[in-house]
Amino acid sequence: MDTIQSHSDNKQTMTFSKNVNVYWQETKFEWLKSIRNPAFALPAITFPGLFYVFFGVLMNGHNPQAATYLLCTYGVFGVMGPALFSFGAGLAIERGQGWLDIKSASPMPGGAQVISRLFVSMGFSVLILLSLGGIAASLTDISLTLSQVSLLSVILVLGGLPFCLLGLTLGLSLKAESAPVVINMVYLPMSFLSGLWIPIAMLPSFLQSFAEFLPPYHLSQLALKVVGLDAGGSVAGHVLILALFSGIFYVFAVLASRKKAN
Amino acid sequence: MSQQNMIAFAKGLNKSFSGKPAVVDLDLEIHAGQVLAILGANGAGKTTLINILLGRLSHDSGDVNLFNAKAGSLEAKRLIGAMLQVANLPETLKIKEHIRLFQSYYPNPMPYEKVLAYAGLEKMQNRYSKKLSGGEKQRLLFALSICGNPKLLFLDEPSVGMDMESRQSMWQAIRDLKRAGTSIVLTTHYLQEADSLADEILLLKDGKVVKRGSSEEIKASVNHTSIRFCSDLDAAVFEGFEGVVNCSKSGKYIEVQTSNTSQCLQQILAQYSDLEDVTVERAGLEEAFKQLSQ
Repeated sequence: MDTIQSHSDNKQTMTFSKNVNVYWQETKFEWLKSIRNPAFALPAITFPGLFYVFFGVLMNGHNPQAATYLLCTYGVFGVMGPALFSFGAGLAIERGQGWLDIKSASPMPGGAQVISRLFVSMGFSVLILLSLGGIAASLTDISLTLSQVSLLSVILVLGGLPFCLLGLTLGLSLKAESAPVVINMVYLPMSFLSGLWIPIAMLPSFLQSFAEFLPPYHLSQLALKVVGLDAGGSVAGHVLILALFSGIFYVFAVLASRKKAN
Repeated sequence: MSQQNMIAFAKGLNKSFSGKPAVVDLDLEIHAGQVLAILGANGAGKTTLINILLGRLSHDSGDVNLFNAKAGSLEAKRLIGAMLQVANLPETLKIKEHIRLFQSYYPNPMPYEKVLAYAGLEKMQNRYSKKLSGGEKQRLLFALSICGNPKLLFLDEPSVGMDMESRQSMWQAIRDLKRAGTSIVLTTHYLQEADSLADEILLLKDGKVVKRGSSEEIKASVNHTSIRFCSDLDAAVFEGFEGVVNCSKSGKYIEVQTSNTSQCLQQILAQYSDLEDVTVERAGLEEAFKQLSQ
């Protein structure tokens, strides 16, 4: 009775190249979607540069060391933005619209959604670092070797990962209307308390020790290590703590997506 | 419809949300090339049922099977399409970009031009989804649901927000898809939509099927007249008369529902001339559905 005849054409499989194509298309259109959205792209790309011009160039009176220090910390501030907002706000809004329901009913591989946003965040990180680099090269007396610049870029672009995962958790748990506000309330204080806006040494000592518990602090220390301006912690220690945060945020994200599925 | 053509079924399906039943003991069969309409008031369980069939909601008990695969499995998803109710689409992509993206999800997508033609979007390929009206948005969602050349298409309230012209052209597209071998399950508020498209109609109320049958059968059972009169006789006595579909007695009154009013009335009066207080009332289709889902 309850049998369904098997049609030979019912088994549909995707070839490897078609599978790769899904990720490529998803990333391409995620990029177009984001870069065309001024509410997302404009602050993400211009704010770190504007902040850097103000604090790193105009306010510091041609001190190359301070300019170098702030280039690293505003680099961290820059890559956090698209990571938190693309994943957090973008996902929460599309979820609220019911758009993600359409996607989840389609055979889109679940990973494509995450991977595409990851690449888009990294793409934005590159644009932000280019703008910061351009400002530093033309308006300050910073001198960095090519290998320092390359290493700094790699650290900062890859360092966006824990913030992507944090954004993913927030995007899966927050309501669309409140997501941008909540994410700003995480993003801005966390940046300040990690010493990204003004050097950590200028903060009161209890805030300095609190910074140890914040992931941006550890990413900024890794970046500062490249230019020899870090506080002296070990590379392995910072990497381990960032990996630990990534793990925790990943578990939270999985829990949030399970909760959503029920 | 023969058993061999069955492509999906649900059997003894139950689902409740924190103790409140949403779908109760529901059986359902979907056959190849069939249009099945699920009707019911808000909260009758239509959307819950669709979401279970899509594998987006888990069910408490019962079996769900689509193409011998689990609902929500990748294998099932590649053979189905779904048009769900969506408040908004990502605004900064163009119609053609949305379609290209969804085509990439499927092993054998429907050709691009064909998708456009079915959805009637040929003239607005380059429009951003931000600039679409409600009806145009529905057409885009329809286009996305057929991108994969589905064998089974779920349409949840497809014509909401559409003007009469777009509605007619979507109905035509549904008929064309059906002719090309696609089975369609649609939920709707519009009786006319179900009437003009569906081979089988399922009327849901409180998660239960209260009526099922072809459009003609449903019409026959609901598009009847009620002859009411006062009599001491048993209701069953009237069952044999012309076109009688149902007889019932409440108090002194007997109600005979017939599809052939004049013949039936003549026969009854010829045999029982002593009936009192005879009234004849015609129930419209719309009214009858209201009655069934009350």
